[in-house]
Amino acid sequence: MLNRTLAEQISDLQKGEYSCSELTEAYLIRISETSDLNTFITVADDALENAAHADELRASGDDRPLLGIPVAHKDIFCQKNVRTTAGSRMLDNFVSPYDSTVIENLNAAGTVSLGKTNMDEFAMGSSNENSYYGPVKNPWRTSCVPGGSSGGSAAAVAARLCSAATGTDTGGSIRQPASFCGITGIKPTYGRISRWGMIAYASSLDQAGPLARTAEDCALLMTHMAGHDPRDSTSSPEPVDNYLESLSKPVSGLKLGICREYLEDLTPEIRAVFDEFVGELVSQGAETREISLPSSPLAIPAYYIIAPAECSANLSRYDGVRFGYRCEDPKDLDDLYRRSRSESFGAEVKNRIMVGAFALSAGYYDAYYNKAQQIRRLIKNDFVDALSGVDVILGPTTPGTAFPIGEKSQDPLAMYMQDIYTISANLAGLPAISIPAGFVDGMPVGVQAIGNYFDEATLLAIGHQYQQMTSWHQQEPEMNS
Amino acid sequence: MREDWEVVIGLEIHVQLSTESKIFSGASTKFGASPNTQACAVDLGLPGVLPVVNEAVYPKAIAFGLGVGATIGERSCFDRKNYFYPDLPKGYQITQMDEPIVIGGQVEISLADGSTKTVRITRAHLEEDAGKSLHEDFHGMTGIDLNRAGTPLLEIVSEPEMSSATEAVSYAKTIHQLVTYLSVSDGNMSEGSLRCDANVSIRKKGDDKLGVRTETKNVNSFRFLKKAIEFEIERQIDILESGGRIAQETRLYDPDRDETRPMRSKETATDYRYFPEPDLLPVVINEAYINDIRKQMPELPAQKRVRFEEELGLTAEDANLIASDLGLATYFEICATTCSDPGMASNWVKGELLASVNRDDLLVANAPVTPIQLGTIILRIKDETISGKIAKTIFNALWQGEADSVDGYIEANGLKQVSDSSALEPIVDQIIQENPKQVEQYRAGKTKVLGFFVGQVMKQTGGKANPKQVNELVISRLS
Repeated sequence: MLNRTLAEQISDLQKGEYSCSELTEAYLIRISETSDLNTFITVADDALENAAHADELRASGDDRPLLGIPVAHKDIFCQKNVRTTAGSRMLDNFVSPYDSTVIENLNAAGTVSLGKTNMDEFAMGSSNENSYYGPVKNPWRTSCVPGGSSGGSAAAVAARLCSAATGTDTGGSIRQPASFCGITGIKPTYGRISRWGMIAYASSLDQAGPLARTAEDCALLMTHMAGHDPRDSTSSPEPVDNYLESLSKPVSGLKLGICREYLEDLTPEIRAVFDEFVGELVSQGAETREISLPSSPLAIPAYYIIAPAECSANLSRYDGVRFGYRCEDPKDLDDLYRRSRSESFGAEVKNRIMVGAFALSAGYYDAYYNKAQQIRRLIKNDFVDALSGVDVILGPTTPGTAFPIGEKSQDPLAMYMQDIYTISANLAGLPAISIPAGFVDGMPVGVQAIGNYFDEATLLAIGHQYQQMTSWHQQEPEMNS
Repeated sequence: MREDWEVVIGLEIHVQLSTESKIFSGASTKFGASPNTQACAVDLGLPGVLPVVNEAVYPKAIAFGLGVGATIGERSCFDRKNYFYPDLPKGYQITQMDEPIVIGGQVEISLADGSTKTVRITRAHLEEDAGKSLHEDFHGMTGIDLNRAGTPLLEIVSEPEMSSATEAVSYAKTIHQLVTYLSVSDGNMSEGSLRCDANVSIRKKGDDKLGVRTETKNVNSFRFLKKAIEFEIERQIDILESGGRIAQETRLYDPDRDETRPMRSKETATDYRYFPEPDLLPVVINEAYINDIRKQMPELPAQKRVRFEEELGLTAEDANLIASDLGLATYFEICATTCSDPGMASNWVKGELLASVNRDDLLVANAPVTPIQLGTIILRIKDETISGKIAKTIFNALWQGEADSVDGYIEANGLKQVSDSSALEPIVDQIIQENPKQVEQYRAGKTKVLGFFVGQVMKQTGGKANPKQVNELVISRLS
């Protein structure tokens, strides 16, 4: 039952193949057996209790599809009465008094939380090495990183520790780990899923989304995660599409934009995976068009101004005054601030706070922050132009496969290049999906499809149709290498 | 020489908007609750929380803008102002930097010599208040009360166009009057609903360039504002005259010592690293929305003053006094309508009413004598049912709660004026008989003693006699 997809588990539970309690217990055992992967920061202590309750409800006729489905949540989502750390020493002792909308909605749908997954501190990172709780290992090769920042969620799904998990994506934090771990992950349109209760990294870029083995499973979670939330002013009132119904939409007739700039520096192996992916969709009747996104080389520099600028303010609330880490015996207020923050934030978080504070400071604002915002508009315009002629834009999710733990951790720029294909979608606010499309040297490779605003349905349909004809998403890591 | 210097003052006035809940959360804004009982997750700046604008702030800010003839910004955008302080939970304040809701505008202020002066307003913007740091009572530690954090404020920034403490106070009073008239704020200064930051600089008369200014923050009474500015002017002149230089700094006024002194440097960090608040999308304010608010605008104090003078015939002084307070003006208008005599209504309102209100430290709105009751009292004077003296007795009885209707009280206490000559004549005759000496004086030409006779008759009748009639009777009897 652990190797079943979420959709399969729904049907198994309905048929009574096993109970929620059995499924949950099996997952909890597997989580404890694989603890060296370090995927979870906190394992839920009430999962079995909630599963038993779900079984009772099911027995009494409750037929909500997700009732009793165990899921894992990235530890960036506040969960009432549960420690919520964002992967930081700063919040090691923080027990949230309230639920994030994502968790509230999934709880209301009947899911059972298995716990909170590991992540790069405050979602800053592409390898999960920036967690106070230590790096997560990639189940496909435990010497390698799972990607980040939603590395714990991606690795947990790949290692069959849950059939689906939540994540967040500010510059690629769902798609890159999904690609590295051989699973499916979608970052919806900015504003599609409420950010209430999701610990902020870069507010104008952060977006929650699901990670699961299949596009269909992502659609199942999206159905409950998406929607307007009056508690988030940036959440969209746009009606939510019926993602499950749209899955059966054939790809024939779809115009696939192949972005010239995305293929320029690709390794031959990744290029081969990408070409094969496109070939499959073309064989199903899709058409290709070459498109250009001329401003895309500017995406990384623009992102590494805007995201740090926003984070420099978003992380100011962690001051040791009201909650979170407080240094021992502060001499005075200054000492309290300085030591509470310097003792509890990791190096990458400090880097970004410093970069952001600098970019916003008097005399540099126009040269950095304003310029980056101008570039952001150019990037958005590129996409709007391109998407007027095509339905989706295809490209690789990442420039390479999962790299060894420690390889890039001392080289921030090499690490930042991980997000070269994913960052633009965040800057433009567009939805994008990563779909498992093959392997290079035994490690999974994903392909990314970027869609038009609020057209998650098309992305999920492409993933689903592709997965009907391929088996990359069904591959299971052996977890002994 | 003191006279060689010219003073330049600009004020930033923080007005607390009278909304039920905070500007970015649903927590209550009610004053006086125990510490931290009116601070929700958003006010505490917990991880993951987001602000949502309380839409009730827009009509209030816009009404103020219309009241000063300002331009209303087409878009309402918020920015983050970054600084660390324990009573600022998020480490930034959400405010409006680049696109304030109110742009420009002006008010007329009254000067001591009776003339007026125009003071231009630079801008007014919406923002959230911080919490309170309580430095006493915590044994060397600081207590933080976040009840006030997130309270909606309108910060009104004037041009540096005032040239004395008196002008600055007059400007502040004008703004206070306007925001209370428009129900933008309750204007309760003792609860911090209106706080002033005074930017003061001095320069040699004739200089074009402004001197270095200091900002004295958080002055919450008109009296302290006057004293703080006066202190600051003297301090700056002393420094410059002794060859020193003014430091550009933020200062605090200490009313106990009647002086200003510099704030700790931590509280005056200057690079606030403003940037657009990404959690709030710009809100477009369209013309129709503004027009709706315009239609609901009440009459402003300046308009009232003119109407009281020109249409109701009040003196400039009375019109000014009564129009200065919305409660007083409303009371007066109801009273004047009831008795159809604005002149008498004005005399009673500024006399008996104000004296009683001040004596008992009440708001006009809570006066125990209603404006209709006072109007009725005036009516009874006018139709000669009662004398002015009895009127005051009735007013006081109503005030003390010893009566509940004017006519009922007159009836019950037999206070109706005696205008019946057959009832008065015997009394007049008796008084004349009993006072032969005064009669002699009168007949000798000392007509002033007439008052003595009238007074005696009034006394005898317990004030109920119609004085005009008594007067006539006495004259006819003595001649």
